[in-house]
Amino acid sequence: MPLVEVSNLVKHFLVRGGVFNRVLRQVHAVNGVSFAIEKGKILGVVGESGCGKSTLGKLIVRLLDMTAGKVQFRGQDISHLSASELMSVRRKMQMIFQDPHASLNPRMTVGAAVREVVAFHKIVPKREIRDEVDALFAKVGIHTDSQEKYPHEFSGGQKQRVGIARSLAVNPEFIIADEPVSALDVSIQAQVLNLLMDLKDEFDLTMLFISHDLKVIDHFCDSVLVMYLGFVLEELPCRDIQADALHPYTKALLGANPVADPTQRHELTVLAGEVPSPYDLPRGCPFAARCELVTNQCRQEMPPLVEKESGHRVACWEV
Amino acid sequence: MPSVAPLLEVKDLTVGFRTDRGDVTAIEDVSFQVRPGEILGIVGESGCGKSVTSRSIMRLLPEQNSFIDHRSEILFNGVNLAHTDESVMRSIRGNRIAMIFQEPMTALNPVFTIGWQLDEALKYHTPMNKLQRREHAIEMLRSVDIPHPRQRYCEYPHQLSGGMRQRVVIALALCCGPELLLADEPTTALDVTIQAQILSLMDELRKKSDTAVVLITHDLGVIAQICDRVVVMYAGQIVETADVESLFARPQHPYTKALLESIPLPGPAHHQTRLPTIDGLVPSLFELPSGCRFQDRCPYQDEQCVREPPSLSQESNLRKVRCFFPINES
Repeated sequence: MPLVEVSNLVKHFLVRGGVFNRVLRQVHAVNGVSFAIEKGKILGVVGESGCGKSTLGKLIVRLLDMTAGKVQFRGQDISHLSASELMSVRRKMQMIFQDPHASLNPRMTVGAAVREVVAFHKIVPKREIRDEVDALFAKVGIHTDSQEKYPHEFSGGQKQRVGIARSLAVNPEFIIADEPVSALDVSIQAQVLNLLMDLKDEFDLTMLFISHDLKVIDHFCDSVLVMYLGFVLEELPCRDIQADALHPYTKALLGANPVADPTQRHELTVLAGEVPSPYDLPRGCPFAARCELVTNQCRQEMPPLVEKESGHRVACWEV
Repeated sequence: MPSVAPLLEVKDLTVGFRTDRGDVTAIEDVSFQVRPGEILGIVGESGCGKSVTSRSIMRLLPEQNSFIDHRSEILFNGVNLAHTDESVMRSIRGNRIAMIFQEPMTALNPVFTIGWQLDEALKYHTPMNKLQRREHAIEMLRSVDIPHPRQRYCEYPHQLSGGMRQRVVIALALCCGPELLLADEPTTALDVTIQAQILSLMDELRKKSDTAVVLITHDLGVIAQICDRVVVMYAGQIVETADVESLFARPQHPYTKALLESIPLPGPAHHQTRLPTIDGLVPSLFELPSGCRFQDRCPYQDEQCVREPPSLSQESNLRKVRCFFPINES
């Protein structure tokens, strides 16, 4: 049984206004996403801004309410749990956010921020809280003495470590990391990725890793979902994405990524046109307007996500 | 290429700030040259002084709390911009030297149309009449691949997508035909697909109009993709300069080498392996060590590195390194 199973997840944001606060239009943020994550695996989600990848993460932990679909955690349907029922589930699934500065309270020392979580969820008896938090800080590589400092006294990489310590404070099984290294310099990014990899082994974690950077996803994850306009266009294992990718959009993303080696300089793939508006979804394939292989069928009908090989699903009429 | 005279020559640029905690030197003895048609990359991590360098060239730093050392020279076509009058700067800024910033939204004025903003620059710097300016502006929008330029001319920045806004910023920077373009993290806030559009556009421009470009970025992929030469900065100093091929193939400074190694590599051989990292943190500019600024994080640290600061080697004009023990691997 997979640890997390998502079926046909849909999220429409309603834009209200005018007389009587009518619904004027809908933003189709996530349009029928399904996937499963086995215990101990890291699933990456990649896509451009506005493709619905962050919304997807927030729907799974129920920070947002879904319009339709189902999220199962350890076989239990958590889509309609009440706030009190959610509490025990939330202890098992935690989020790490992109901007470590915005996710920490500037008027609270970092130690207090983590201690609060431990105390609130009654993870350990009161007198053991300090030791527990000391151990957590040691695990994420922050000096225990730094606990009485405020967030502004830390660098970006250290703040992200505090964010990670706070998510781990409740002994979660499942972590959703939303662009955890995007705001960091490359050398710090490498440190945080190594840390996440160590912690994953130590705490036996399962992860959903959201990023716009295919290089990082390819390196870090076991498999990846490629999203576009709220749809999953491809899901593939991450051993050699460059060679395995089938969908024209995944290939375009790979081709647009500059390689950090001047001897392998290549003409970057430049996609024509723009992402269609999420207000009015195109009738057929969402990528049809920008795709080189486009046919009439693509414009008329959305291709289903078909399994090509084990673990490799593609939504395209032409591959 | 070295036979062509440099368009911009920065010599020993030292810039400091006056702060509550006393004066602090943000960049020290920064020297480099850019020739027409050349793209020079400046790479380094947050706080290494790359943006201070570009803002000093443009003289955009606030005069009340920053200062450029009196020995510093910024020679643009032989004119020293480091200590020139604001009136001279005004005729150069936006006209002969243009700048692109990271945030396309904040670089455009939200209450004026795209057309108004292009028109303002042309009105100030060129003798064109109203009609000519309008046609030229629309032509500029077309040259950066903006669809329906005539319609876009009348629109406001919020009506455009992020990628299109950055292209408008580029059109704005290029509308007076500058000889030098300073691009400070021009693609950092953008998606890879849009980054690819902007990089291709910049490459095309320097080929077509021989514009010299100083490209500031922290992304080594972008550097490898379009730069000819690279300056690596660390804690306010240049630690290495080289042509792009040598830098990536044979980095000589331990910092450059570590930076290159920390990029995740594609392919099954590297999948889910530990990434090499640089231990420790960048030193605070207020508490710089007396010797080499990279000493605490350097695997090759030696007694000499702690005792005295290394100077930038002058073995050739094209390849310089600030290290007592440069890496020599073939």
